Amino acid sequence: MASVLEVRNLSKRFGGITAVDDVSFDVHEGEILGLIGPNGSGKSTLFNCILGQLAPSAGEVRVDGHGVTGLRPSELNRRGVSRTFQLLQVFPKLTVRENLILAGQEHQGRMLARLFGKRDAGLTAQADRMIAFFRLSHLAEETAGSLSYGQQKLLDAAMAFMAGPRLVLLDEPAGGVNLTMLASLKERLHAINAEENATFVVIEHNMEFVMSLCSRILVLAEGRIIAEGAPEAVRRDPRVIEAYLGH
Amino acid sequence: MKARLPLLALALVAVALVVAPLGLQRYGTYILTLWLVTSIAAMGVNLIVGYAGQETLAQAAFLGIGAYTTALLTGAGVPFGLAFLASGALAFCVGILIGFPALRVRKHYLAFVTLAFTVLVWLVIRNEQWLTGGVMGMNVRRPGLGEINLRNHQNFYWFVLAITAALSFALWWIVRSPWGRAFTALRENALRAESLGVDVRLYTLLAFAIGCAYGGFAGALFAPLVGFIDPAPFALAPSLLFLLMVVVGGAGSFAGPFVGAAVAVLLPEWLRFAQGHYLIIYALLVIVMMAFCPSGIVGLVRRLVALRPKPSTADAPAAPAKEAA
Repeated sequence: MASVLEVRNLSKRFGGITAVDDVSFDVHEGEILGLIGPNGSGKSTLFNCILGQLAPSAGEVRVDGHGVTGLRPSELNRRGVSRTFQLLQVFPKLTVRENLILAGQEHQGRMLARLFGKRDAGLTAQADRMIAFFRLSHLAEETAGSLSYGQQKLLDAAMAFMAGPRLVLLDEPAGGVNLTMLASLKERLHAINAEENATFVVIEHNMEFVMSLCSRILVLAEGRIIAEGAPEAVRRDPRVIEAYLGH
Repeated sequence: MKARLPLLALALVAVALVVAPLGLQRYGTYILTLWLVTSIAAMGVNLIVGYAGQETLAQAAFLGIGAYTTALLTGAGVPFGLAFLASGALAFCVGILIGFPALRVRKHYLAFVTLAFTVLVWLVIRNEQWLTGGVMGMNVRRPGLGEINLRNHQNFYWFVLAITAALSFALWWIVRSPWGRAFTALRENALRAESLGVDVRLYTLLAFAIGCAYGGFAGALFAPLVGFIDPAPFALAPSLLFLLMVVVGGAGSFAGPFVGAAVAVLLPEWLRFAQGHYLIIYALLVIVMMAFCPSGIVGLVRRLVALRPKPSTADAPAAPAKEAA
């Protein structure tokens, strides 16, 4: 199976603190990889280093075999790598549809074509497909800020998928979402994974959610990978129980 | 019906603006022309501050760059049209240059960079006498336009009105395009915008430089309007006034700069009786405005319109109940 994402010997130091310590792993095409670990174990820092938000102190990141270390987030996004953030990040004053159109517009045409060319270029239709897929159709005209927290989380995820990305990194998609909405989110993520062969990496603290969503789990503690494997194997791993899950 | 109403209002405003100088004396027409020129510069500030969420304290400096470029070029025999374009282009390029160092932090840092830049431009204008005439200033001749005599104050007003209309349309086109959406995204959440492929650095520079170019265009019209330029109108205080205009008018709304510029240009005329105290009255107005209506006069009008009891909206379907999360 081809690797969509390869992380090699990645480290990130902040002064004397090593947040990510020599981490290497691969993510295969069509896989849903879970990334778990205690608070402060370096999960979000690892995401930020992969996505160009932070410059890694050492190591390399490759997407589809091409080195992308040091690229800015916008360049990486235009190469098909998308993300959501731990804290909710939508554009509250834009409508749901405008949020999605914005998420897709930079993937079409050149800079000048976006000023002088066709205003829409199929974006509205694509946005409406995403809205329908995430079952937000009745809210398309509402401003994102007026949606409930769970609905905004769905919109946030929908924005990450708007441009048909190769790889999506989801940072705590289930945080603060109620059970009904959570089931809906999981079901939608499974569907998009199956239909589009999209590849995900998911950071999550909700064990039920992550164990049932992911096909493989990486466990991070103090910046290092301490375990890796199928959900059930990881759940029984004594090192993981010691460092994170508890008895 | 709903879509036609703004168009009708726009047509009425256009007609009123075209016929306005017919009933005015020379001075009244001058004030009206000054309002248009001020509005152009304020539109630029609105793009930078209102739409893209950045800061600028340098619009008067860009007005100065435009005014002196036009004065020097037309003085050397260059046609006004070329001098006008050169003024906007130079302001755009300088905008890109001073936007660069501010890219890493943006916002307040950009405010400091522009503040320093305003002082720098003012010092150059004042001290480089061989080029600008220093405090003695420079005379500027009004351009000719074929057979039309632009020394006539009415003709010059219509000339400026046509340019204002063209620049307004251009800005309207920009803010309605995907560029405008990207500018709004910078203002609302730059981090998320970047993660969605929006090149935050490029769009920040573009918004800033286009806004500065509007300052340059306004300067190119300001010089022949007043006929004599010296360093005073291009100092820090007028730059602050441009920012105030946008805030008072309504930052981020298209009509905001026109309303704000009207207040800034007309208020001193109306408050003649108060003599030197008009700035105090203006300041009080701004404070009251910010306390009770931070979205400016345009926001205030919108609120008042929204308060009015609406006729039955039979054509609008009832809003579907929001899904309980």
